[in-house]
Amino acid sequence: MTRRHGERLATLLIRVAGVSAIAILLTIFAFLVLEGTPTLGEVPLGDLIGARWYPIEDYYGLVPLVLGSLIVTLGATLIAVPLGVTTAVFIAEVAPRSVREVLKPFIEILAGLPSVMLGFLGIVILAPELYSRLNLATGLTAFTGALLLGWIAIPTIVSVAEDALDAVPRAYREGALALGATRWQTIWRVTLPAARGGVLTAVMLGIGRAFGETMAVMMVTGNAAVIPRGLGALFAPARTMTATIAAEMGEVASGSTHYHVLFLVGILLFVISLAVNLVGASVVFRARTRAERILS
Amino acid sequence: MITPLRGRRRRSQWTQRLGFALLTLSAIITTIPIVMIIFVILQRGLAAITPEFLFAFPTDGLKAGGIFPAILGTVYLTLLMTLAVAPLGIAAGVYLAHYAPATPVTRWIRVAILNLAGIPSVVYGLFGLAFFVIFMQFGTSILAGALTLAIMTLPVVITTTEEALRSVPNSFHVVSVSLGGTDWQSVRRLLLPQGLPGILTGVILGLERAAGETAPILFTAAAVYLPRLPTSPLDPTMALPYHLYVVSTQVPGMPPGIQFGTAAVLLILVLAMNLIATIIRSRARARRMW
Amino acid sequence: MPFVSQQPLPEGRAAKIVVEHLTIVYSDGRESLRDISLTIPANAITVLFGPAGGGKSTLLRAINRLNDLTDVLRLTGHIRLDGVDILTRETDVIGLRRRVGMVFARPVVLPMTIRQNVTYGLELAGQRDRRRLDDAVHRSLSAAALWDEVHDRLDQPATSLSGGQQQRLCLARVLALEPEVILLDEPTSGLDPISTEKVEFSLNELKANYTIVLVPHSIQQAARMADHAGFILGGELVEFAPGREIFVTPRDPRTQDYVEGRFG
Repeated sequence: MTRRHGERLATLLIRVAGVSAIAILLTIFAFLVLEGTPTLGEVPLGDLIGARWYPIEDYYGLVPLVLGSLIVTLGATLIAVPLGVTTAVFIAEVAPRSVREVLKPFIEILAGLPSVMLGFLGIVILAPELYSRLNLATGLTAFTGALLLGWIAIPTIVSVAEDALDAVPRAYREGALALGATRWQTIWRVTLPAARGGVLTAVMLGIGRAFGETMAVMMVTGNAAVIPRGLGALFAPARTMTATIAAEMGEVASGSTHYHVLFLVGILLFVISLAVNLVGASVVFRARTRAERILS
Repeated sequence: MITPLRGRRRRSQWTQRLGFALLTLSAIITTIPIVMIIFVILQRGLAAITPEFLFAFPTDGLKAGGIFPAILGTVYLTLLMTLAVAPLGIAAGVYLAHYAPATPVTRWIRVAILNLAGIPSVVYGLFGLAFFVIFMQFGTSILAGALTLAIMTLPVVITTTEEALRSVPNSFHVVSVSLGGTDWQSVRRLLLPQGLPGILTGVILGLERAAGETAPILFTAAAVYLPRLPTSPLDPTMALPYHLYVVSTQVPGMPPGIQFGTAAVLLILVLAMNLIATIIRSRARARRMW
Repeated sequence: MPFVSQQPLPEGRAAKIVVEHLTIVYSDGRESLRDISLTIPANAITVLFGPAGGGKSTLLRAINRLNDLTDVLRLTGHIRLDGVDILTRETDVIGLRRRVGMVFARPVVLPMTIRQNVTYGLELAGQRDRRRLDDAVHRSLSAAALWDEVHDRLDQPATSLSGGQQQRLCLARVLALEPEVILLDEPTSGLDPISTEKVEFSLNELKANYTIVLVPHSIQQAARMADHAGFILGGELVEFAPGREIFVTPRDPRTQDYVEGRFG
């Protein structure tokens, strides 16, 4: 019966599709490793941990890049986490329905804004503002990048944290209120602790988002691959791992050492992002994905 | 003894008022830049969007003329990407929602999807370069770029589809089986049709993201300037987000009109897709028969 | 050793379904069956009654192999439909489910029109002839005592019907496939008295041509409807007798206690 055969075929294709995610992930990792590990044969390990990144003269020290990513991500986290979590609390616990209906779409719009557009505004408006108001040598600094990245990471934190807060059973809140607690006290002593896992996941995902961002940082951090020194480093140009790849891969000869090193940086990015995201997702809370939020 | 309730209550009321005010402030701080961004881009960019801007080629080293090839390139890339990611992602979502047994392999699949979702976009670009451009020998092409974007968007489509199908009541499937239906018939006649709005919303939001991404197409598809439109999927192409990057950083003396105009077109495209997804979502919710 | 009373079947009454030493254990341990044997006669209403969790639903779902959807730890024994064991690997389960229809406790109407709900089973089976389908709609809705109420709005969503109407629609949906057996698991729980009456009326009309197995939602319904009845307690069949007898003069003390309402 052709109907039976059609069904068998459909079921088979569905099963294959189901397993494909694993195959794709492994393939990605495989090719990154394929193109990245030759570095270890071409560049001495000591050089890689060096402090100079200057490929033109064969200096492949990764430290400035890693530190650059770290500083910018840290700055972004310091901005995104307080704002993101408190906005999530606002939406979930304080805002009246009408405000919610307006605010949530706005956050979703922010999530959808292309990072290159934000980078563009960063160059054209944010950097000059910071340059003049803060009296800096240039407006293109790690701080500018952190500021921009912070806002880029906020929607991720808000949506996941808000879902976590929504998932706290009403009984918890009602119980606290019945005992005479104010709504404020309920939020901080009952609801938020109950949603602790999900909020933590939200923060980790936000950090991951900031860490993996490319275009916006590339455009506003000034792209100077130097090791940040001291506190003033925040207000000096820097270079992230992601920006390095994006900026330099275009001019690199396939198969050259520089090419391999950039892939090595890619492996680093892959592994670190994975670690951050897995930690975030493994926290005991079924992190509702954006998709589910879409449907609710 | 009567506890001085009034004093204590008044203080906790004040704490609450202050706290709520701070939370409101935080929400305002978060939202204001969004409004400003949209406002600034539209204010300075809308004026530049003339029919000539939309349908003509760039001239004078990109400093004049239009951005048509960039717009068309983005259309090609996203269309081809959808052709690649939709069947695979939806099928995988169907598998997870309906067919996947409770075995360790299923858990690995979910872990893999989580991992894929966390990979930075530039790393996808690297993979696209190594795999599609070089290994598969597609060269810098629409095909390579679209496939790279497809892989990047895959986790979102899979997850959205699975959630959309799971939200359909299981009782429908049980009834269908009790009437002599197979698993596939449940999927085809009940799950997919009922889950379609959710799936569509997810695909559109994936599209929206892909349309604005630059890093994955940087080394797989994008060209700074092409004198002719691409004629085959193996040709490279200009693209809207990359064009914005180029005109805002790579060309000295670029008129702000071109820059803001390009940004405005991109913004409108993104907002439009957002709006469509929202409309689909709310209409579906209203017409839901369960 | 529980006392099982099995009245010899009256002349001319065939055994439609024979359950032989059926044991089912779910992996979560709930609602299991232990070594149940009984005979369900054709063209009559057989009622399976007893307290909640006793295994009545499990037995029902075994007859149309709906248990296949749940995690079953152990299943031994046989169920013979017209003499053929349906619990084997070779059984055509899809065909079985067309011969043995089921109505569930909560009316589950599919998210389609009234007409489409009724024809759904036929369309699953590949029936496309418009006229046959329309005939089936008329036939089934009439048999379910719903035709008069909906014949002029067949293309409206099924969700526009009241609860009682929806349940009768579910019955019509099953009847469209012209099954031989109809299983009903507390079909009128949650329905208003008038709808309940209509459903019971339909079942009484239908039993001339169908074998009906009913799990009632009250003892009164059991007494009203049963031609034959089995009392199931804790996964075991305690007693099985004609309806006239079991509710008036039950032989087992446990049956008596339950019928008289000493436990529920």
